[in-house]
Amino acid sequence: MSNAAQAAAPAAADVLSMQHITKIYGNGFMANKDICFSVRKGEIHGLVGENGAGKSTLMKVLFGQEVPEQGRIFLEGKEIHIPNPLVALDYGIGMVHQHFMLVPSLTVAENMVLGAEPQKSRILFDYKKAVRLTREVAEKYNLPINPDKRVIDLPVGYKQRVEILKILLRGCRILLLDEPTAVLTPQETIELFAQLKNLKKEGFTIIFISHKLNEIKEICDRITVLRDGQVVGTADIDDVTERDISRMMVGRDVMMNIDRGAPAPRESILSVRDLGFTNMYGKKVLRDVSFDLRCGEIVGIAGVEGNGQSELAAILTGLSRQQEGTVRINGKDASKMSIRKVREEQVSFISEDRMVYDLVREGTIEENLVSDRFYKKEYKKGLLMDRKKMDREAEELIEGYLVACDGKDAYMRTLSGGNMQKVITARECSSSPRLLIASQPTRGIDVGATEFIRKRLVELRSQGAAILLFSADLAEIMQVSDRILVFHGGRIVAHIPRTEEIDETILGEYMLGIRNQSEEEIGGAVFER
Amino acid sequence: MRGKIKDVEVIERLFSVIRTLVGVGIALVIALILIAAVSDNPVEALMGFLTGPLTSLSRLGNVVEKAIPLFFTGTAVCIVFSCGQISLCIEGIFYITGIACAAIATQTGLAAGVHPLLCILAAGTLGALICAVPALMYIKFDTMTVVSSLMINFICLHIGKYLMHYVMRDPKAGFDASYKFQATARLSKLFSKTNIHLGLIIAIVVVVIGYLALYKSPWGYGVRMTGLNASFAKFQGMGVPAMILSASMAGGFLAGMGGAVEQLGMYKRFSYEGLSGHGWDGIMIAVIAQNNPKLVPFAALFVAYISTGADVVNRTCDVPIEIISIVQAVIIMFVAAERFLEGWKQRKIVQASQQAELEKRAAENKEGARER
Repeated sequence: MSNAAQAAAPAAADVLSMQHITKIYGNGFMANKDICFSVRKGEIHGLVGENGAGKSTLMKVLFGQEVPEQGRIFLEGKEIHIPNPLVALDYGIGMVHQHFMLVPSLTVAENMVLGAEPQKSRILFDYKKAVRLTREVAEKYNLPINPDKRVIDLPVGYKQRVEILKILLRGCRILLLDEPTAVLTPQETIELFAQLKNLKKEGFTIIFISHKLNEIKEICDRITVLRDGQVVGTADIDDVTERDISRMMVGRDVMMNIDRGAPAPRESILSVRDLGFTNMYGKKVLRDVSFDLRCGEIVGIAGVEGNGQSELAAILTGLSRQQEGTVRINGKDASKMSIRKVREEQVSFISEDRMVYDLVREGTIEENLVSDRFYKKEYKKGLLMDRKKMDREAEELIEGYLVACDGKDAYMRTLSGGNMQKVITARECSSSPRLLIASQPTRGIDVGATEFIRKRLVELRSQGAAILLFSADLAEIMQVSDRILVFHGGRIVAHIPRTEEIDETILGEYMLGIRNQSEEEIGGAVFER
Repeated sequence: MRGKIKDVEVIERLFSVIRTLVGVGIALVIALILIAAVSDNPVEALMGFLTGPLTSLSRLGNVVEKAIPLFFTGTAVCIVFSCGQISLCIEGIFYITGIACAAIATQTGLAAGVHPLLCILAAGTLGALICAVPALMYIKFDTMTVVSSLMINFICLHIGKYLMHYVMRDPKAGFDASYKFQATARLSKLFSKTNIHLGLIIAIVVVVIGYLALYKSPWGYGVRMTGLNASFAKFQGMGVPAMILSASMAGGFLAGMGGAVEQLGMYKRFSYEGLSGHGWDGIMIAVIAQNNPKLVPFAALFVAYISTGADVVNRTCDVPIEIISIVQAVIIMFVAAERFLEGWKQRKIVQASQQAELEKRAAENKEGARER
């Protein structure tokens, strides 16, 4: 293993070298601290680190989406400046983002040429040529795709393929892939890896961002590990074990293991029957969804993103209304209840889009902590709010949930993602909920906060609350849930009554729709007829 | 980490103060240059502009008199803007409620205490109803509030002109003006040598109530959260439409009160020939006060001060009053420009971060040395 200092010296074989990159965001957060990072021609280089370690920021700097405060970038020995992504593309550097940058309503061919549209008679868009270009590049790299299909109709794996083809079409030789496997099933991941190895053979240089050790071990030639915005080290993959990488990433040996204990389910609190929903594009995204959730258990909702989970969460949290079927909370029909009415049934929500629904960036931490209770009698003093009580409670929650901040009056926007999520969790868990509907509660946050929040969920369940957990992170589902429901194509395709009895590969097959349970097995999710 | 966040917040707070001061400073410099350009005796004019309002008790009184209606419109705009509604109809409301006030103030047979109260409440109610219109259009039809509320100003103006010309006109006045207000309706003077009237007390009460309502009451919390992030407010169970409607009506009510108080305190009859600009000034004041009623008195007095200064210069020197419009426009431009001086702020934050990083490393080294 070579150390960071050695990695800093540009070597002849390096096709790309980033020297002393420092990036500080507007909130004072130093995402990259004097990072030196080089990749050799034709290798798959793993950029590894925990969430928040600065991987994505470094790649955004390389792709011209962020301008660093300090540092230089060299391409084949020549210094270059990348003020925006168009320039990066001109230098042959292309990026596939974690969240796809595609227009869902357009066809594959249209998406492929977006930004560099072929023209007919100088003014008209030449769709036929776009289709031809798409076919050519797909054949050349053996990544078949139907150019006329609309992107919205594609499975996730193919959407990603469009992204990769798109940058290949633009002539990129250096590909940046930001956590490409995060949205894929195990089977799709295998396919992606085969494609990447192929591209490597063709002489492409690939930078592969990930925090999944087994994947890194499998596909990368060399790795650079980041922690806390700094380079911890660069190594040939054969010289390190998964354990070494893990230690480099976290700085200590971490084995996230939560002892759930056996669930003690009691009465049903949420019952969903024959739920159906058609989205604004006329696509039926939920059909015949029926299940029960009981107090004292955690039920995980697994599935590849875009298979109806978001829509189900939106309906259960009152953000949209079901079109078919019923939702009953505490035995009461929830379809006509306002969000406040639902919350007053001791229901708490964590949405998947925290920046939009769960917090006010321009508000103080205290203002973010009282949003579900500020109007209640016990928080009032005459006509005004009982600020003393609120102050006290906010301070207690900040302490109890280990929120790293500058006190209750600090603006929410000054917090890191993990601490923001802790504030949200603190609010939603401190209202003594009987039912918590949590979507992606640990997405994009650091390992410490993740561990903390998962433990808090299990604790809440042990105190008798019911929790419905939506998560794209299969490991999270397996670790935290007592039961699992798998969604595919807007339906429940599998009900796993005991998490311990399922293995990840089989779960993946359910998620892909390769394997199906019988009606009877799925019906096991309904307890009260 | 803790220290760093603190530094960033200090910089941000300092930054907003400095930005306001620099904005005002640049505006004044431009004003001074303009005065120098049009005046034969610029030094005298400059001094008159800057210190004129302080030179006599009656001029000082003018500053306060001018500030009184701005207390109302400034607070009104703070409340409406806090809810995220960029409603511009406060201007039209101030004008039309003045006429409504005149309609009642010219009636006979009401007791002295009751008469102004009735005028003010009626004007406030009318203001609330008018301000509800763009809010309802936004809630029901997703109409852009900026556009609908702007149009309402013209509706108010022309209804008002029609009323003054054809319905309420005092033929003896010689121009479009109402009959004289009854003595029972007028607000009494507070100090003998100035025109400062009872409206000042009402204005201060309104600012205090506005502040408590917006920053200390549950309702105000809901209003502010709705303004900062309506999706959040909805997801937390607040009634977003109700918040928008109630905040708009509260703002309209205060603006209407202001329209009435100004008439009853300052004039013998209603004689505006058009929109008075108090609503626009209210927007400027709310922007300077960053939507916090607590800061409205300072902003209002500042605006009233430069306006009085311009009056003084206009009366005593050869500088036209139009200068003041330019100054006000420049101030609003610089104060409202959030990214103005952004580069400076980013550099400061970067420096603070690097400093914190160095200190952290130094502390770690020290600790490491101790362990060894």
